[in-house]
Amino acid sequence: MKSEEELRGQMETIKKGGAEKYHIKAKERGKLFVRGRLKLLLDDESFAEDGMFANVLDGKLPADGVVCGVGKVHGRSVAIMANDSTIKAGSWGWRTVEKIVRIQETAVKLKVPLIYLVDSAGARITDQVEMFPGRRGAGRIFYNEANISGVIPQICGLFGPSAAGGAYIPAFCDVTYMVDGNASMYLGSPRMAEMVIGEKVTLEEMGGAKMHCTTSGSGDMLCKTEEEVIDAIKKHLTYFPQNCDEKPKDIEPKEPEFSCDDLENIIPKNENVPFDMYDLIKRIVDRDSFLEIKKIYAPEIIVGFSRIGGKSIGVIANQPKAKGGVLFVESAYKAGKFIQLCDAFNIPLLYLADVPGFMIGTAVEKQGIIRAGARMIFSVSQATVPKVSIIVRKAYGAGLYAMAGPGYEPDCCLALPTAMIAVMGPEAAVNAVFFNKIMELPEEERPAYINKLREDYRKDVDIYKLGAELVTDGMVAPSELRNEIINRFKKYESKDYHLPKRRHGVIP
Amino acid sequence: MAEIQANMAGTIAEVLVSENDSVQPGQDVIILESMKMHIPIQSSHDGKVKEIKVKSGDFVNTGHVLLVVE
Repeated sequence: MKSEEELRGQMETIKKGGAEKYHIKAKERGKLFVRGRLKLLLDDESFAEDGMFANVLDGKLPADGVVCGVGKVHGRSVAIMANDSTIKAGSWGWRTVEKIVRIQETAVKLKVPLIYLVDSAGARITDQVEMFPGRRGAGRIFYNEANISGVIPQICGLFGPSAAGGAYIPAFCDVTYMVDGNASMYLGSPRMAEMVIGEKVTLEEMGGAKMHCTTSGSGDMLCKTEEEVIDAIKKHLTYFPQNCDEKPKDIEPKEPEFSCDDLENIIPKNENVPFDMYDLIKRIVDRDSFLEIKKIYAPEIIVGFSRIGGKSIGVIANQPKAKGGVLFVESAYKAGKFIQLCDAFNIPLLYLADVPGFMIGTAVEKQGIIRAGARMIFSVSQATVPKVSIIVRKAYGAGLYAMAGPGYEPDCCLALPTAMIAVMGPEAAVNAVFFNKIMELPEEERPAYINKLREDYRKDVDIYKLGAELVTDGMVAPSELRNEIINRFKKYESKDYHLPKRRHGVIP
Repeated sequence: MAEIQANMAGTIAEVLVSENDSVQPGQDVIILESMKMHIPIQSSHDGKVKEIKVKSGDFVNTGHVLLVVE
């Protein structure tokens, strides 16, 4: 028989985690203790913990290295899995895995978001038979992640390593917010890479947060501190409902810092000249509401959660300032996943198009640009949430399709006066169609002829003509852009549109 | 020493600096033309232009070294 006093003492011991030296080491690296992270994330006294006594008889593995339970963030229930890196580097035994699997089951039963605070060296190889291959082994974690994806939001904060199999936890999440310098993801450590394939690299090069946020696309935000990661998770949650059956809640709208009055002067008339799309975004969305993800990965497309007139929306915008706003394999993947994420949780989509098209050339063909583009357009096609497509400037070729042009069932496709919709731009088109004719002329007559052809081409795709032919649903004055978008999303609130019934599509 | 590389395939439209010029991070050093767009390429480093490896009209692919800053 145990006394209450003894029980309390035991619980206090468990809550202290691993040995003092590991706490000191973590602190030196700027890392908080797992329960410190939970304190920052959760409302006071809101946490109900499960499996605290896991492996308690061992004495050295309190809670078996992972803290699981249900708490509240700004009054909303969330389920939590949080590794304790002071206990055997946060590694997984069978009880660790069982606790993670159970909290996934709990989260989906309660239909609440699941937040993974990851800081783990991976499997305990010594326990592999018990924790790796079986029906409720580690594989079950990723099976669950895949199958609850889109049912409840799954968010990852990465504070330390996520090694080998463990690296799939962030990879299956909706988003992963990472701490620069401490977070890492890799299948094989640098030591293993040197032994198995002979490559000599640092941990940072192999799988550091910066690499993942700029190059691999596995990271969604490069944060300086753990506090920044936790703030990002809290802000992220505000745009989302609890689960796929609910809609995000509206909040009080905030006027942007800059008005749309000078928008006309910001967008260059010459479609070849770049401009900064952020200047447009900050004039139309509510003040301080833009939570951009994958900002430093494939910057030629901008994606982020935002509010417009108090309503939660997802923004997908071409960025002419980066790589001319051309779509690449990486940008197509980035936008496609974002669109799927918003659509899964009833977040309406705003497309801001200024796109010369998908990149051409041997380099991108070898990377599968067609397949990548098809994948993005697949996501655009599948999204049934309210969709507003604004043609800011050019929308050429499949770029028009990728930005939810008229064929992609937007609730409206509106053109600014600077808009130009065509298979390709005038220069490329004239060259493609009239090349032989141009070459037949004496050289001195060519420039005038080319100019005339380009003018004719422009007239043929004039934006009024496209309105007249009902290609677009209307036009909008730049100074009215914010008001128009707010009004449109209000009108589309009642949208209830479903795709034909099937088992599922086959993603390209 | 830093190599400034092309971030996409295209043709060099204009080289905006000369050898020995001082450049700063974020400064436009080359205009690439690609997909009928002007693509400014910026220096990633502070220093002097040691070597310019391309001229107007050259085709470059992603990763091609355009100039070297020291």
